[in-house]
Amino acid sequence: MRQKGGKEMNITELTVHELQEKLKNKELTITDITKAYVDRIKEKENDVQAFITLLTEKAIEQAKDIQNRVEKGEIKGELAGIPIGIKDNMCTKGVKTTCGSKMLENFVAPYDATVVEKINDENMIDLGKLNMDEFAMGSSTEYSYFKKTKNPWNLNKVPGGSSGGSAAAVAAEIVPWALGSDTGGSIRQPSSFCGVVGLKPTYGLVSRYGLVAYASSLDQIGPITKDVKDAAILLNIIAGHDEKDTTSTDIPKVDYTKALKNDVKGLKIGIPKEFFGEGINEEVKVSIQKAIEKYKELGAEIEEFSLDIIQDVLASYYIIASAEASSNLGRFDGIRYTYRTPEFKNLKEIYKKSRSEAFGTEVKRRIILGTYVLSSGYYDAYYKKAQQVRTLVMNQFNKAFEKYDVILTPTSPTVAFNIGEKSNNPLEMYLADICTVSVNVAGLPGISIPCGVNQEGMPIGMQLIGNKFCEETILNAAYTFEQAIKFRENYKPE
Amino acid sequence: MQVSREEILHIANLAYLNLEENEIDSYILHLQDILGFANRVNNAPVENIDITIGSNEATNVFRKDEIKVFEDYESLLQNAVTREQNMFKIPKVL
Repeated sequence: MRQKGGKEMNITELTVHELQEKLKNKELTITDITKAYVDRIKEKENDVQAFITLLTEKAIEQAKDIQNRVEKGEIKGELAGIPIGIKDNMCTKGVKTTCGSKMLENFVAPYDATVVEKINDENMIDLGKLNMDEFAMGSSTEYSYFKKTKNPWNLNKVPGGSSGGSAAAVAAEIVPWALGSDTGGSIRQPSSFCGVVGLKPTYGLVSRYGLVAYASSLDQIGPITKDVKDAAILLNIIAGHDEKDTTSTDIPKVDYTKALKNDVKGLKIGIPKEFFGEGINEEVKVSIQKAIEKYKELGAEIEEFSLDIIQDVLASYYIIASAEASSNLGRFDGIRYTYRTPEFKNLKEIYKKSRSEAFGTEVKRRIILGTYVLSSGYYDAYYKKAQQVRTLVMNQFNKAFEKYDVILTPTSPTVAFNIGEKSNNPLEMYLADICTVSVNVAGLPGISIPCGVNQEGMPIGMQLIGNKFCEETILNAAYTFEQAIKFRENYKPE
Repeated sequence: MQVSREEILHIANLAYLNLEENEIDSYILHLQDILGFANRVNNAPVENIDITIGSNEATNVFRKDEIKVFEDYESLLQNAVTREQNMFKIPKVL
């Protein structure tokens, strides 16, 4: 593909807003874009292993059809014909939704999740379903039943998780953007590991209808994109009240792209000192410090403060999330739409054997932990205490947001680790979620954006946390920083 | 934090999970590890603090009790391992 002026145009390198521009100027067609992605998938997917289900053949047909309808004036949407990848825990009618589990290996959803409906209403093109840790339980995508996704920056490293397929696919440019879900960091941490942008919206901003539930009071769907503007564009599409999700909030629609002012003068940024202590890698600290200096240069006001509850919140998170999971995963019983054990004597055996044979080790571990903390004698000692800690952290955040517009932290204590390094040590894997979980426990929005690379060239992510429904504030803060450091222009996976 | 063999088998049974003989020890070890860490909530300053069950102030949503017919039986039943007409078939219960 030649650009005007003879310069080679690499379609898959472009952001979605750049693709939109080129479609508008008729430099590209919808079929050009889809074909470029299908070719790129052929070239890269073997290495990256981001997809569980590929829809490339259907995508090319769809692209032709949408191109036709756009030319005839039947479709006018600005995102018509833009491809996307979807994490495999969101229901897609007629297409397998496996949740990365043997339990749902053959499950074909009878309906679309609300977010998928919204994507379809825009006439976007689904390139396929993306890999994830089984039932979104994990931080490396190694717990997928199907495959291990690789980090495009270094194929020996994990992409993070649980939305590792989504983040790796965006980083490898085999999808222009993707949807992920985040229960304790599952959008932000893989985005950090893969050098892309990931936004976890405020709890209630995006409908969870059709998202296979892990921990219902913490789960939230959000965009994983190449840059902040794309995150704002995709959030515009997926946000909004849905009567099918009673926890979705009825608030007026906002155009998030209008919040991107490229100006943080006077913005008050709080730095919680507990996020820079023991356990946070030195190179990560240095990179975040540099980001803080950059914000100062850009005119933001920086102040350190204390959020001393964070270790307790991590403990509280694993209690609450596992308790909710043990209840939510009770529905996988071998009867209606799941795996069923081939040999059984009675109904109880169907339940027990199907669950034991089809859930992976980590899922069983969390069901056992959740059942334990909810069981008689332990409820008050664990579950109730965890819910009280939840109140405490919300109070601490409320107090912080009286003083600050944004709270800035690392997204993860480390960069991406080696495949296999932590998969046999569950507690160590849990402890690495320290920077992200408090955002879910308090129901706040958080965005991860790349802020640098370490000596090995692996990306480092910075997290910006906002008050409830203040996505505009963190998007603008992220955008302003992104425009100043131009990460994408300076660093790329090989 | 000690978890006994009887305790883990009891919990697994409550969750309708069978644990293989060779898995039991590692489940005990990991559960002890995790509970040891989770136990720190017992030292958190939570006296007289209310519990929070969800992060937004969602109130119960009521709707009219109207029947909506879902006619696409096929797409529901295509996932059934065994079926008879428009029903999921299970082994005899009684």
